[in-house]
Amino acid sequence: MKTFHIGGVHPQDNKQFSAHQAITECPLPQQAIIPLVQHIGAPAQAVVEVGKKVKVGDLLAKAGGFVSANIASPVSGTVSKIDAATDAWGAPMQVIVIDVEGDEWLESIDRSTELKSECTLEPKEIVDKIAAAGIVGLGGACFPTHVKLLPPPGKTAEVLIINGVECEPYLTCDHQLMLEHGEEIVVGIRILMRALNVNRAIIGIENNKKDAILHMSELVKDVPGIEVQPLKLKYPQGGEKQLIDACIHRQVPSGALPIEVGAVVDNVATVYAVYEAVQKNKPLVSRVMTVTGKDVKHPGNYLVRFGTPIDEVIQLAGGVPEGTGKIIGGGPMMGRAMDHTEGMPANKRLSGLLFLPEAESQRPEEDPCIRCAKCVDACPMGLEPYLLSKLFAYEKWDELEKHDVMDCIDCGCCVFTCPSHRRLLDNIRPAKAKVGGILRERAAAKK
Amino acid sequence: MEKLIVAPAPHAHSGDSVRRNMLLVIAALIPAYAVSVVEFGWGALLTMAISVAACVGSEWLITKYLLKQKPTICDLSAVLTGMLLAFNVPSNLDWWILVIGAVFAIGVGKMTFGGLGQNPFNPALVGRVFLLISFPAQMTTWPVAKGFATAYVDAETGATPLAILKSGLKGYDPQWMDKLPDLWDAFIGQMGGSLGEVSALALLLGGLFLICTRVITWHIPVSILCTVAIFSLCAAPEGMAPCTFMGYELLTGGLMLGAFFMATDYVTSPMSAWGKIIFGIGIGLIMMVIRTWGAYPEGMSFAILMMNATVPLLNRIRPRHFGEKKKA
Repeated sequence: MKTFHIGGVHPQDNKQFSAHQAITECPLPQQAIIPLVQHIGAPAQAVVEVGKKVKVGDLLAKAGGFVSANIASPVSGTVSKIDAATDAWGAPMQVIVIDVEGDEWLESIDRSTELKSECTLEPKEIVDKIAAAGIVGLGGACFPTHVKLLPPPGKTAEVLIINGVECEPYLTCDHQLMLEHGEEIVVGIRILMRALNVNRAIIGIENNKKDAILHMSELVKDVPGIEVQPLKLKYPQGGEKQLIDACIHRQVPSGALPIEVGAVVDNVATVYAVYEAVQKNKPLVSRVMTVTGKDVKHPGNYLVRFGTPIDEVIQLAGGVPEGTGKIIGGGPMMGRAMDHTEGMPANKRLSGLLFLPEAESQRPEEDPCIRCAKCVDACPMGLEPYLLSKLFAYEKWDELEKHDVMDCIDCGCCVFTCPSHRRLLDNIRPAKAKVGGILRERAAAKK
Repeated sequence: MEKLIVAPAPHAHSGDSVRRNMLLVIAALIPAYAVSVVEFGWGALLTMAISVAACVGSEWLITKYLLKQKPTICDLSAVLTGMLLAFNVPSNLDWWILVIGAVFAIGVGKMTFGGLGQNPFNPALVGRVFLLISFPAQMTTWPVAKGFATAYVDAETGATPLAILKSGLKGYDPQWMDKLPDLWDAFIGQMGGSLGEVSALALLLGGLFLICTRVITWHIPVSILCTVAIFSLCAAPEGMAPCTFMGYELLTGGLMLGAFFMATDYVTSPMSAWGKIIFGIGIGLIMMVIRTWGAYPEGMSFAILMMNATVPLLNRIRPRHFGEKKKA
């Protein structure tokens, strides 16, 4: 069975809590809080004013640049505020607040569950529809999807890789989506293949989701060009570069994008959103989130409209469990620990909520580095985390650049594996920020 | 709700620890130690107890009174150094010599550089080589392994197979071939030698255990053993089949102990896979050069220490980088 070729670790997958829990719709909130930044790139620009009545699907904010994304209204009601707020990590954010009234959708949106598999649109039309719907990569990075579908001049896509890996422990939303909406995903894949003009697509799924592998294989059995690739369980297989390496054995060069090796990668949840946008005219207004943890009363996969305060989602899952030490937005490897949940809305980025008990929340004390090289063996990018961390302490920016600190993908394998509990990423992250700044300055000076 | 804990990702850990690694290495040494106890009796028990106690004691005293830091003995690295030092000396060594070696190993070999993780040389070998140079007679008088001996220092002593080999090859001893133990005895440990080095079989078992539990990787031991095997096949003396010669070189002396337990010491070995392989080849070559042409019959300790010195240089060799192939 295939997997990526450098490094990787094997964390306990802990998916048993929420796996196979049917996707449950979360009730509408009374008030929706919609951040203007739910993607990588420029913030979206608000196009509504306070007092305006909106329906579900109305444009609230338009993309603020080429790499940016539209934001459609996830609820119907009256815009009550456009204001600054603080996100769950203490950073400022601009939000549109809507007082929810009923659940009225734009007439153009087809809300039936009937499968619509024919698509005769031209590639350009598909890309425009995706851009209009405000679709971003729902695997975690939130990169605007339409940008990926427009390869830079001179580059052509050869293969579309669909990310059904879900390598983050605990999370099960993509898994459940494949089981419940496999047909739609296959149509979405065909639409994307059409948009990219490629005749080959590979769905990569890790072997801990055998039912999803079987189900998807059955669905693509008679579809030419689409294959399912079962993958050996290893973190971070869902990393874009790792997945390409695993599926087609090509390694994206340092600093380059996947298109360099002819690949475009999209997450299954993104593909589902593409299906809804192109076939049903439905913009991205909700996503499936996993709410899980060892002590959560009703762990599961919840379909949540963006803007719903996460406290309401938490209530649905049985409330914050007793003895919770950490609430993580996302999975345990790359998710971010929240400082508070009040006023924090569900959004495109938030793939899950994980509750860790107090005992698992504290970071143990650091021991001296024993130079065991386990971080070197674990690094999926072939870097030397121990060295990068040390070079940061000595502020050796040139050396850091030479040792490819910018290739670090933040996966956390080094910290996960370190027997001395060293917080290598606490040094490598700021090192990346600093070196990245130096590189940008240098590029600017050249111009 | 109580105050939430905020820390950067990742929020999960493998559960590995320094202590766990030390414990696994200690566990891996047990088969070899069991053979030593059977072969050398009380000597093996006493030597081990003295060595471990002296290493742990000196680390504790140094951290507490000299460096005035929190004692670090709980990480078990001093216990391991003590065990490895005991493995590397004859089982009938006078206790006070052993204590000097232990104090030197921990004091000079490890703590002067800043303790665990900072020492450039393997502390147990620093202690051993210090003793070998300071007390050459005591350090090269080995009791003969012949079942559980009850006396500590009065056991019958004899030469190691490598010493027999060397005196034979230099022409000092025409009867040398008859004195060599047969290869099977050498494999299971029926021969003279330092306390823990005699049973290649037990050491191999321990080494495989370490590789299977991912405490060490295969690179260093395999590259050492391959280098020694190839070198000895080429350098077999007249009158002895190359394979037999290779057998003696592989199974006797401190080779197995060194390859699996001493050269693989985390702190003093390279980080990258290729660095480890070159490190291993270097150890194999230097050891065979010493065994073949040097004054000592045995060269494993020197070879490892010499290659320890090259580790900062070998660490410039970088691991295989993702995407490198297509960079050009």
